[in-house]
Amino acid sequence: MSLGSVPLKYKISIDRDQCMKCMRCVDNCSYGVYRIEDDKILIDSRRCTACHRCISMCPRDAISLQEKPVDYRSHPLWTAQAREDIINQARTGKIILAGMGNAMDYPIIFDRLVLDACQVTNPSIDPLREPMELRTYLGKKPAKLEFTKSDKGDIELKTELSPNLKLDTPLMIGHMSYGAISLNAQLSLAKAVAKTGTFMGTGEGGMHESLYPYQSNMIVQVASGRFGVDINYLERGAAIEIKIGQGAKPGIGGHLPGEKVCSDVSCTRMIPLGSDAISPAPHHDIYSIEDLAQLVRSLKEATEWKKPIFVKIAAVHNVAAIAAGIARSSADAVVIDGFRGGTGAAPKVFRDNVGIPIEAAIAAVDKKLNDQGIRNEVSVIASGGIRNSADLAKSIALGADAVYIGTASLIALGCRVCGNCYRGLCPWGIATQQPDLVNRIDTDVGSQHVANLIHAWTLELSELMGAAGINSIESLRGNRERLRGYMLDEGMLKVLNVDPVGA
Amino acid sequence: MCGIIGVIDRTKARMDGSSIKKALSLMNERGSGEGAGYVAYGIYPDYPDCYAIHVFFDNLVEPKSKVDEVLHKWGRIVHQEEIPTYEQPCLKREHIPWRYFYRPYTEFIVGSNNPAEDIIKHLVMTVNSTIPGALIFSSGINLGVFKAAGWPEEVADFYRIEDYKGYIWLAHNRYPTNTPGWWGGAHPFNLLDWAVVHNGEITSYGTNRSYVESNGYKCTMSTDTEVVAYLFDLLGRRHGLPSEMIVEALAPQFWDEIDLLPEKEQKLKRTLRLTYGPALMNGPFAIVVATSKGIVGFTDRIKLRPLVVGENGSRLYISSEEAAIRVMDPEVKSIYMPRAGEPVVGRFSQ
Ligand code: SF4
Ligand code: SF4
Repeated sequence: MSLGSVPLKYKISIDRDQCMKCMRCVDNCSYGVYRIEDDKILIDSRRCTACHRCISMCPRDAISLQEKPVDYRSHPLWTAQAREDIINQARTGKIILAGMGNAMDYPIIFDRLVLDACQVTNPSIDPLREPMELRTYLGKKPAKLEFTKSDKGDIELKTELSPNLKLDTPLMIGHMSYGAISLNAQLSLAKAVAKTGTFMGTGEGGMHESLYPYQSNMIVQVASGRFGVDINYLERGAAIEIKIGQGAKPGIGGHLPGEKVCSDVSCTRMIPLGSDAISPAPHHDIYSIEDLAQLVRSLKEATEWKKPIFVKIAAVHNVAAIAAGIARSSADAVVIDGFRGGTGAAPKVFRDNVGIPIEAAIAAVDKKLNDQGIRNEVSVIASGGIRNSADLAKSIALGADAVYIGTASLIALGCRVCGNCYRGLCPWGIATQQPDLVNRIDTDVGSQHVANLIHAWTLELSELMGAAGINSIESLRGNRERLRGYMLDEGMLKVLNVDPVGA
Repeated sequence: MCGIIGVIDRTKARMDGSSIKKALSLMNERGSGEGAGYVAYGIYPDYPDCYAIHVFFDNLVEPKSKVDEVLHKWGRIVHQEEIPTYEQPCLKREHIPWRYFYRPYTEFIVGSNNPAEDIIKHLVMTVNSTIPGALIFSSGINLGVFKAAGWPEEVADFYRIEDYKGYIWLAHNRYPTNTPGWWGGAHPFNLLDWAVVHNGEITSYGTNRSYVESNGYKCTMSTDTEVVAYLFDLLGRRHGLPSEMIVEALAPQFWDEIDLLPEKEQKLKRTLRLTYGPALMNGPFAIVVATSKGIVGFTDRIKLRPLVVGENGSRLYISSEEAAIRVMDPEVKSIYMPRAGEPVVGRFSQ
């Protein structure tokens, strides 16, 4: 007996009076929704992912897309999604894959935090007329300064600073590897960060030659698979990031299907053409914090102690203790990726159920590092679901030095968060390696959009700071006075160390 | 708002409190009758090497016996008495001001460069955070803070400020906006040798607070000025930075200016700013800080609060208003306004 099919998700229709049969929808849809038969455009709505490519390319605004109302018997527990997943697994016996971030309806803590502004007693600062300092240095800082007295009695600074990354704005683009995203997507991001004085991550896929001109704005990643890692790669990075885990899928490795491993990806990753690139869940040389410390120091040694080393972990239940361990491992920064972080592909059950929200993770880490008196000695970078400049400002007030954005930067390249990245057919040329699709990104135009986004958030952040009477980013960092919780329960307020509104 | 004034006599000649009382009262526009206070250095020549611990007690039974107990544990009370006060018609007496002259047992702390000061700091933090009804508001050697909720003149008369003679005086007239007016919240704030008066609001308070707290201080007075005293103690006493460098850490130059400096200076300022980023103070402020070595006044980096400096012979005055300085010293010369963030330092001429 067959299970039959599950109902389609979206319904596409074309206003035939408007349509001029230019066929752009047919050409643009990589999922095969449209085809032509006898001079007529036929639609297979079942294939639609709501990527919006056709709609945005239609010159006549002739296409409409609707989420198809669910025709199951409504039930609060056995939702349509729950039932469909069971039907699909009953049919295939496999793990369900998903792309992009957590799609569950958890409350968003960012939206229950409000920022402060000055009134009367304390003037707001106008960023158009007064200097506003967003410059951020990421890396190890000394606990205190030491001086020596020269023979002449002059006081000389004895403390030497460790290498730090200098950012013009506390906003970077997170690690998305070549393989997971296309070269044109990476190039667009790279040009954008070079333009805006900040950094991006290479992801675990190595660094393609065409990114070399932007290497001084790139952070190279060493993940468990060691793909693309050699001394040349390490030396090209402005900083090195060891990836232990990622917010979208804590506790598991990565999987790049062989189909996406074209010749260019194979060279860059240093793996055979067409082979699956499977990075293991753990690094097989790290089974303790001491092992991690060793890797940190080996990477420093290999690069002559000239580069800051970051360690990235997923936000999990005891993230604070782990981060404190990392801080003491001679790592220069700890990156915390919350459970709303995006991904090319993850088992849906992980993406939607494992980890904790970034807001709570930052606050917990900030508290732990403060309690241990080492907060300023190490940088904290937050990522995973940062959607706008307010999220950025709130992350910093909760204790981050800077944030990584991922999905937001892809949206600036066209991504419509359709969640089908793992299929390699991204119609926007982002999460795909198909040359015809990749070519849809003009890297100059793409980079301009991403640079505009970074610029716009930076302006908004300055305005938010100015309104709160703050003119340097150091003074927003970990500043709970400038945050209040709205409709958050007492337990959460305590974790965030934030007072409720009105207090 | 708030009015502040400080004076140092660089020859260590001692001045009585009558003229600073007049100067502070002149700035009544800047206050609201909810807090005023004075600190003077050099007022206890009879106990030149004892820590003068000033405490507000709610009563002399429970809280005082607890404080006595902690003090006995860590040192010897050389002398103690109620601070003499004189009833004022409009000043509501909320606490009993008490003073101890005290010598800590330094051998109790090993591995410290400054065992006596570490003990006193510990005592202040412990008493203020664990003994209800007791608040240590002054803890330095040969100096004393006198403050209450009231107008400057009343507070001065309440303690009869003109009876004290010191070579440094700071005074403060409070217009509380962010916290209620109460005795402990009045300025000056003091810890050990550091006393602070402040006009403004520190918008970086949350950051500064967690920085000092992560270094073992406890903020208990629910006001932003308290952290300034702790920051000076941390950077000055414990990290050994000279006062100009503390000011540079608290109100650093802008990056654009630092970028233009010669390499060596640039490096120093960059290192200083990175190391002490969480100590950077934001928001509108004018501050005068005193120690037994001198005074330093400075404003925030864009000068959102006024600060005026005047000199006359061995005397250096720093205040919110020129008129206040002129009341203290009608002969005052070379009045000027320092640049934003620029420290004005007055030290003793040996
Ligand atoms: S893109 Fe629009 S106008 Fe062109 S064929 Fe498709 S529906 Fe018609
Ligand atoms: S990157 Fe492409 S496939 Fe992935 S969600 Fe965005 S539009 Fe869809």
